[in-house]
Amino acid sequence: MPVQKECPILSVERLNADAISIWLECGELAKAAAVGQFVNIKCGEALLLRRPISICRVEDTRLNVVFEVRGEGTAWLAARSAGETLDVLGPLGHGFTYPEGKVLVVGGGIGVPPMLNTALRAPAGAIACLGFRSAERAMLVEEFQRACEQVYLASDDGTLGVHGFVADIVDAALTEHPEVAAVLACGPRIMLKTTYDVCRRHGVACQVSMEERMGCGIGACLVCACKSADGAYRHVCKDGPVFAAEEVCWDA
Amino acid sequence: MRNVDMSVTLAGMTMKNPVVVASGTFGFGREYGALYPIDELGGICVKGLTFQRREGNPPPRIAETPMGILNSVGLQNPGVDGFIADELPELKKHDLRIIANISGNTPEEYGIMCEKLSAAGVDMIEVNISCPNVKAGGLQYGVVPEMAAEVTEQAKRHSTVPVMVKLSPNVTDITEIARAVEGAGADAVSLINTLRGMRIDVKTRRPVLHQNTGGLSGPAVLPVAVRMVWEVSNAVRIPVLGMGGIAKGEDAAQMMLAGATAVAVGTACFADPFAPLRVRDGLAAIAAEQGLERVSQLTGQVQPW
Ligand SMILES: Cc1cc2nc3c(=O)[nH]c(=O)nc-3n(C[C@H](O)[C@H](O)[C@H](O)COP(=O)(O)OP(=O)(O)OC[C@H]3O[C@@H](n4cnc5c(N)ncnc54)[C@H](O)[C@@H]3O)c2cc1C
Ligand SMILES: Cc1cc2nc3c(=O)[nH]c(=O)nc-3n(C[C@H](O)[C@H](O)[C@H](O)COP(=O)(O)O)c2cc1C
Ligand code: FES
Repeated sequence: MPVQKECPILSVERLNADAISIWLECGELAKAAAVGQFVNIKCGEALLLRRPISICRVEDTRLNVVFEVRGEGTAWLAARSAGETLDVLGPLGHGFTYPEGKVLVVGGGIGVPPMLNTALRAPAGAIACLGFRSAERAMLVEEFQRACEQVYLASDDGTLGVHGFVADIVDAALTEHPEVAAVLACGPRIMLKTTYDVCRRHGVACQVSMEERMGCGIGACLVCACKSADGAYRHVCKDGPVFAAEEVCWDA
Repeated sequence: MRNVDMSVTLAGMTMKNPVVVASGTFGFGREYGALYPIDELGGICVKGLTFQRREGNPPPRIAETPMGILNSVGLQNPGVDGFIADELPELKKHDLRIIANISGNTPEEYGIMCEKLSAAGVDMIEVNISCPNVKAGGLQYGVVPEMAAEVTEQAKRHSTVPVMVKLSPNVTDITEIARAVEGAGADAVSLINTLRGMRIDVKTRRPVLHQNTGGLSGPAVLPVAVRMVWEVSNAVRIPVLGMGGIAKGEDAAQMMLAGATAVAVGTACFADPFAPLRVRDGLAAIAAEQGLERVSQLTGQVQPW
């Protein structure tokens, strides 16, 4: 059950040139949060719509979100400081489902933070594949190394890990770890699609976290439509953001 | 502060307070119902229903604009039968008025839907005429007085509950349409539906909405809505449900002073899920401050220059 709450900001920290991490005191909202869920944050009085941000980590009643500045709303968020409060609606959406067995968590760019919670809570352990543009744009790598049995890294310019795409390291990880029961992924659509292709080749189940522009964030306005393989529209805020990869219409 | 009687009667339908939620912004009440009891509301205009289930438009379906949003959901809904089977029984467990919002491709479709919904026991039918008439080459019912009247007649003939016609603001003279539907037997009118608008991403040179254009709603449209409610209430005798941009008690009070009997809150829910309750409480506070016994004493009491 979601709640709406004024949450005190505990800290605001820059993780790299683009990414900002905010810890919030969220009370029961944090305790209720499941892996892969998101919160919808009001970004000041001037902007009507809330901004959906995934939950990166939860520690007791404290909740962590990590985001990149993309436009007005995230710029407003980035300008907050500890002691202020944020109007948060959450936890929202349908998150990742753990299989019986080990998971491979896959994140690309700003899709990396949501996978940390998923790795930390994995009941039978996790391996991670993380992709960044460069070493400078990397974030949370140490946290993943602490949470996971093994972390594969890739970067677009080769300054960190493998010089190449996330799908390449997913392929390597699945080859070396046939015990992986499912792949759970968040990142740009093209990365999700290529990751799913690799999973299919390995015969491993894949779940992906999708993005779409939102209105209400709770399933009432039907704005956040995402086409599914059967041609029907599902809603990212309620049916998702996490979908089984085979349910998504990748050609849409 | 004294206790204000918040009940109002809209076309014979009594509501415990004048605040309803606008069609398409509140689904069938389940989601917001997880945040607070929807029984607190005067009523709910449910998501626009069509004869058959509809999938709606491709995304993006929403664009943010200064103090507003553009949407192009495209009437995604489970169809009138799906609503009656799966949503209505759940809604009926709650103590609020159920207003079924309908859109048809032909006047006959409106008629059949009204029959089914009357039989299923909704409290009122809201006829959305801001949708294309398939027979008339896609021209909207809401822009031609004769077509608006024809749909109203069909709806009235097949309904046993009050029929409220929802007017489009995208017309030269909204009073002309209001008079036409009144003449055809409408029991009430609701207004405004969304205003046609467009937003372009200058980097990609693409409209933000996949449909290129969409309907504007939210605080940005409030003054337009108040003006239209004022004009329409002066032009017809049937009651008006006022909506468009209402986010707080003062907005609702303006709408009622302009002539509305009751008000609907839509887009404001996206920013603040509790907006309808804040509107209700704000309205009650204003009425109390002004020493009114009943909130209905605000209706039509604007003092024009
Ligand atoms: C389920 C979900 C989880 C997300 N998690 C994160 C996260 O953990 N970290 C992070 O940095 N970003 C995340 N995003 C993307 C984030 O919501 C957008 O970057 C943000 O809304 C941009 O707002 P803005 O005002 O800065 O940009 P603007 O471009 O000015 O926003 C204009 C409008 O478009 C919407 N919008 C723009 N980009 C997106 C997008 N990619 N997805 C959805 N709506 C968008 C905005 O919400 C706003 O309504 C997530 C998106 C979704 C759907
Ligand atoms: C996402 C969305 C969906 C809507 N769907 C419908 C609909 O199905 N039928 C209808 O008559 N009006 C629909 N509307 C219009 C609203 O009911 C209302 O008339 C309009 O938004 C103005 O009120 P507001 O500014 O308070 O939102 C929709 C509006 C929005 C924002
Ligand atoms: S954002 Fe309203 S249904 Fe998803």
